[in-house]
Amino acid sequence: MTMPPENGPGFLKREAVPVLLFALLALVPFAAVLGAESYLLSLVTRVMIFAIAALSLDLILGYGALVSFGHAAFLGLGGYAVGILSAHGQTDALVQLPVALAVSALFALITGALSLRTKGVYFIMITLAFGQMAFFLAVSLAAYGGDDGMTLPGRSRLFGMELIKNDRAFYYAVLLALLGAYGLCRSIVVSRFGRVIRGARENPQRMAAIGFPLFRYQLVGYVIAGTLCGLAGFLLANQAEFVSPAYMTWQRSGELIVMVVLGGLGTLHGAIIGAAAFLLLEEWLSGFTEHWKMIFGPFLVLVVLFARGGLMGAIRRIGGGGHG
Amino acid sequence: MAEPALELRDLNKAYGALTVTDHVSLALPDGEFHAIIGPNGAGKTTLIHQISGVVPSDSGSVWLGGRDVTGLSLPERVHRGLVRSFQITSILPGFSALENVALAVQAREGSSFRFFGRAREEARLNDQAIEALEEVGLGKRAGIRAGLLSHGEKRQLEIAIALAARPRVLLLDEPLAGTGPEESAVLIALMQRLRGRMTILLIEHDMEAVFALAERVSVLVYGRIIASGTPAAVRDDPDVRTAYLGEEGG
Repeated sequence: MTMPPENGPGFLKREAVPVLLFALLALVPFAAVLGAESYLLSLVTRVMIFAIAALSLDLILGYGALVSFGHAAFLGLGGYAVGILSAHGQTDALVQLPVALAVSALFALITGALSLRTKGVYFIMITLAFGQMAFFLAVSLAAYGGDDGMTLPGRSRLFGMELIKNDRAFYYAVLLALLGAYGLCRSIVVSRFGRVIRGARENPQRMAAIGFPLFRYQLVGYVIAGTLCGLAGFLLANQAEFVSPAYMTWQRSGELIVMVVLGGLGTLHGAIIGAAAFLLLEEWLSGFTEHWKMIFGPFLVLVVLFARGGLMGAIRRIGGGGHG
Repeated sequence: MAEPALELRDLNKAYGALTVTDHVSLALPDGEFHAIIGPNGAGKTTLIHQISGVVPSDSGSVWLGGRDVTGLSLPERVHRGLVRSFQITSILPGFSALENVALAVQAREGSSFRFFGRAREEARLNDQAIEALEEVGLGKRAGIRAGLLSHGEKRQLEIAIALAARPRVLLLDEPLAGTGPEESAVLIALMQRLRGRMTILLIEHDMEAVFALAERVSVLVYGRIIASGTPAAVRDDPDVRTAYLGEEGG
């Protein structure tokens, strides 16, 4: 209930989860040397990329109670920015990344301005509809592979150099991006802006009566989240060296929601843990049976029923900490 | 002549065939404590929704200090100094009492498009918030999560939030609703202290409170103001007796 100061002896204890998490991620490449290096690196790289996407969704879903069901569209937009520019010979990240972010931001601005005029289930439906529009647009891009998607000539370059061609270098680039995205989100949620977004989740009527025109704050939040997810799309295209409409299926949007809820809504590091749990379980379970979703489904139900607050909630309870 | 702090000009509102606000006109001079009373279903809350901008009016206009604010949204009216409370307690239950009020200061002070820096630790916001909390008697409860406050304290908190917005005109929608006698006494004393410092429009069921606090009282029945005047004059008005007080008594 009281507000502990940010720095001080309690810092490590309070921040144990994110500190451990990032330390672990930083050490993965060293463990990977012991065996199956490329497999492990690529798996965890994928986890981190989806963690960025899940983080961005947590910003609006967890903190703003905006259930966007079309978030995967931004993965596709970021990915296609890389793919289409590459197809025209523009392979430098200094061009690709700003374009990927700008396209995502613009799409978020337009669709957000329309979606945020609705509430509740209508918001879910309209974001889903916009996501599907982006999906079918990609399918219709015959020049860029249409349904089949397109293979990239290689990873993005930086100043013409192939800096992230090496899997390990790419791994650390993604880790850096994740750390940056996490830091940015952490800053946003406690800022003045974040407080308005969180207030809107608690009681929009009260916030309006306090004097906040919520629409514009939520729109800016939506654009930030979309842009951040566009970054994840940029990275995903680089990892797979392939983009396809499959990036933005509505199932993918659903998976992002599952990752956030699984990890624990409105915790940020929960989104990272949720993405990791989702993808690692998927990987592990699909090793036993192709019907892995038969096991995964009930597991999700159990987490939602019995671990309120997702995996982060469970960690907090095991850690013996009170309500954070 | 100074412009009235708040003026309603021929406000109307109907839901289908049901007229809820029927040609309501009212002018509150600066600093007046005005109360609106009326039986259940008289349209008191709808009227306050229309004044504050929660519900659009079918016709008529709302003027604040001589300026037409009819076309403005609720948050825009708040920035012009027209601030309201709600009949059903409306707070941010997961925020501390302090943060509830600090948000109202934040809405008024500087931009909220700031993405860095911890809002919770901004002394500039917190100092003013504490001041408002002390004003309503919640100074010692600042750190408590608002959802854990007692009902009476929540109503005090709502008034603190409204005060932090620095209202010129304060609309209070049944602040005593659901409070026990002790809680009522605290709130009535609080309203007494606010009297004269700003223009207040109070909607209230509690007759004793209304007659003790208000300088002028208007009686709303079926969306129409049937009488308006000093508490004594209104109490003795024969129309009011039959339409309202009589009903309550019998």
